[in-house]
Amino acid sequence: MNLILISALWGIVMMFSGLFIKSRSAAKTVALTGAVILLIGSLFDLAGKMIIDNNFKGMLVYDRFGLLFLVVIVFALLIYFLLNGEEIGKVGNHPYEYFALIFFIMCGVGLVALFNNLLILFLGIEIISIPLYILTGADKRNLKSNEAALKYFLMGSFSTGIMLMGIAFLYGAAGSFQIDKLNLPEGDNFMIFLVIGIVMIMIAMAFKVSAAPFHFWTPDVYDGAPTVFTSFMATIVKASVFIGFLNLFSNGFGGTIDKWKLSIAVITALTLFIGNITAVYQQSVKRMLAYSSIAQAGFMMFSVFAINDMSKQGLLLYAAAYCLATIGIFAVLVKMKDYTFDGFNGLAGKQPLVALVLTICLFSLAGIPLTAGFFAKYFVLSAAVKTGTYLWLVIFAVIMAAVSVYYYFRVVQAMYFKEGDNTQEIEATPFFKGLLVTIAVLIILLGVFPSLLLNWLTVY
Amino acid sequence: MIALLLILIPLIAGIAVFFIKDEKQAKTWSFVISSASLAVMVFALVSADPAYKTFSAEWLPQMGSSFTLQMDGLSAVLCLLTVFAYPVIFASTWKSKYISPNTFYGLMLLTQAGLLGVFLAADGLLFYFFWELALIPVYFLCSKWGGDKRIAVTFKFFVYTFIGSLLMLVGLIYLYYQTPDASFSMQSLYEVKLTNGQQGWLFWLFFIAFAIKMPVFPFHTWQPDTYEQAPTAVTMVLSALMVKMGLFAVVRWLIPLFPAGVLMFDNVVIGLSVAGMIYASILAMQQDDLKRLIAYSSIAHIGLMSAALFVNNESGLQGAMIQFFSHGVNVLGMWIVVELIERQFGTRKISELGGLAQKAPTLTILLVIVALANVALPLTNAFIGEFLMFNGLFKFNVWYAAVGGLSIILSAVYTLKMIQKVFYGNENGVTAKAVDIAWFEKASLVVIVIAIFVMGVYPKPVFALVQDTVTVILGIFK
Repeated sequence: MNLILISALWGIVMMFSGLFIKSRSAAKTVALTGAVILLIGSLFDLAGKMIIDNNFKGMLVYDRFGLLFLVVIVFALLIYFLLNGEEIGKVGNHPYEYFALIFFIMCGVGLVALFNNLLILFLGIEIISIPLYILTGADKRNLKSNEAALKYFLMGSFSTGIMLMGIAFLYGAAGSFQIDKLNLPEGDNFMIFLVIGIVMIMIAMAFKVSAAPFHFWTPDVYDGAPTVFTSFMATIVKASVFIGFLNLFSNGFGGTIDKWKLSIAVITALTLFIGNITAVYQQSVKRMLAYSSIAQAGFMMFSVFAINDMSKQGLLLYAAAYCLATIGIFAVLVKMKDYTFDGFNGLAGKQPLVALVLTICLFSLAGIPLTAGFFAKYFVLSAAVKTGTYLWLVIFAVIMAAVSVYYYFRVVQAMYFKEGDNTQEIEATPFFKGLLVTIAVLIILLGVFPSLLLNWLTVY
Repeated sequence: MIALLLILIPLIAGIAVFFIKDEKQAKTWSFVISSASLAVMVFALVSADPAYKTFSAEWLPQMGSSFTLQMDGLSAVLCLLTVFAYPVIFASTWKSKYISPNTFYGLMLLTQAGLLGVFLAADGLLFYFFWELALIPVYFLCSKWGGDKRIAVTFKFFVYTFIGSLLMLVGLIYLYYQTPDASFSMQSLYEVKLTNGQQGWLFWLFFIAFAIKMPVFPFHTWQPDTYEQAPTAVTMVLSALMVKMGLFAVVRWLIPLFPAGVLMFDNVVIGLSVAGMIYASILAMQQDDLKRLIAYSSIAHIGLMSAALFVNNESGLQGAMIQFFSHGVNVLGMWIVVELIERQFGTRKISELGGLAQKAPTLTILLVIVALANVALPLTNAFIGEFLMFNGLFKFNVWYAAVGGLSIILSAVYTLKMIQKVFYGNENGVTAKAVDIAWFEKASLVVIVIAIFVMGVYPKPVFALVQDTVTVILGIFK
């Protein structure tokens, strides 16, 4: 609850400070203050100390998984602000508004992580989506940015419509918006409406997390949006929508699992296949990361597919590993002018430390042991193996993981083994480097002792 | 405790060496550290205290995985081979120049830590960790310091082995859920009761990973290119030590975990291995590049070992395990010679060399001994292993032994032809200015030759070490 309140309030604070503070660079400071307060607030949430301790007639549920997930997400937000604060200010003329929109999104994230009612889920998803449409088009003079925003808006509204329709079906079948009341006995007359509702919501959620075959907006939007906001969309927002996806399907639709499991398996396989295979053919690192985010979504889909205790741990770890690594890579990418693979040639010679951190991030995305990404993949795949069915899907997934090595290692190869004739200058302040090193250390720590994070799920 | 020390020494030293910018110091320290590992290993072998040979610490209790190391007879043999090989490699490549030498030597030591971890791990997940970790530094070593086509070739090698190990990981996770106490420990995994059908497909998930690493025909295609393109010091690590990971894993994991699977597919595996022996031997005869020749000859030798591991009788298993050590020593000797020739003349083409015997007599004598060991002549170490392995193969099925036996003849053909062309005959423009080798290079070859003879005449200590493992494996099938 703290998080939902503070983020909404701080969004308003940000907007008004834009009116009263003339200095543009102060925006970053105000936003950072907000992020720190948000982190403290979410930690208090986790400890069970809330400003308003009310679950609004059961519409919200404060379970430990959701609360811990929010702490991870807010922590990622803090790192994101620290790394990219300067760059956000440079996108356009309204730095305060950009930060304000991000805080509003965090309010939606809080709702999506803690909902116990379909309406809250819908509100959360919308509160996340609408500011994102604006952020995508933030670079007003760039045609690609405008196009991406319009495309995202049109397709996003369409998927929202489908979602609402699905919710209506579910309400018609079960007579409630509460997700724990969505089960019908086998052979019930309204079962068919329940299933239609589930399928529609599945499509809408798959669209929001960019799972195939509903992923078509992703590459264009991620490529067109200002790179700082792509970083935000691809990590924090995507991971947050996944927790809504998982909570909805495990708490709400757990009883009808045999009716939708195959569809989820097909979506997972398609997402893995399309994301990985298309990423291989990209020439721009930014576009590669867009497709890689689809591929990673395929792995996160495993947690929705498996629905057990392992899958919750897996998603938590995956969110942490994926957000850390991707935010790190994007933070460097933002500072570069040439987004092609060749732009990275010879980077290790000029910026050995930055190259090393990038390598650790890429290894983590590829799931190499000793990095957080390995245990993230280990947990979600292990959750799927635990169900004892669909083992072919797991084997397919690991083959796709091997494909992913191809495009992640292309960056490593460019940095270390190729000579760059015009290696780009990256202005990396000691502070920026220090943050990158922190990210690398966190990735390796989680890669050796994932229990550092997972213990918080059970320990009080 | 010693088991832990063996991994920690190269690990910590490897990281430390990254910060020694001076080339000479980086080299010296790497040599000293690797000799220290050897000393520790010798101490572990002579001391009878079993407490030294295991180590256990808590790692991931919720996941049923712990940091458990265990040095049984076979792992002791392979650890000894590893710590013995490293000082020899460093000494024999002393004169090679590398750009950013600190990184090179640091990565070499990290590889050693990974290799020792693989040989010592007694926990499934830990084993998988080390299995991958040994690969990462090698990826950088080959891609950074290798030949012209290094990037693509190394990448092929990496992806090949990565796919294999991921398949193994899926199998491992599946096994984990079958254990009664939800644990990755070796004992719990051994006790899993599987149906024949489960063993059948799990066998392949594991075996493909190991077969790629060895490599067994038809999973070998990465090997000749990688050996050719990698810097020779790394090729030594790859062919003397890293391929043993696959063979070792068969003994330690595959056979005890899936005995029924082994009985189901033993003919397939032995058939592939024997086919690979002949195929690789024929290809070896066609090669003009010394590195490729030895690479193919290595495939042939590995094929024999992998066949012998599946024959399920005492002499085959004994022979294979003895040969793990002998092959490591011999192939190391061969690579040293290649390294010395290439550094002096700048070429590895057999057709461009000749007449070295007059200019470099010591090198020639030492090489001939190593080469004869490679052909498995009596009195050399390889003879004992190969004899036992063929004996085992013969008991399993006469035809496999007969066809496989051809590869011995073929190996004599290509090895002797190589000696003849490179060392005898007339010298030419390239070899006219040849000088004999420096003392430390000589010393490293002499060490190899001594090892060849000692093992050839008195193999009993190694027999004693591997006997436990052989008994355990045979016990599984009874």
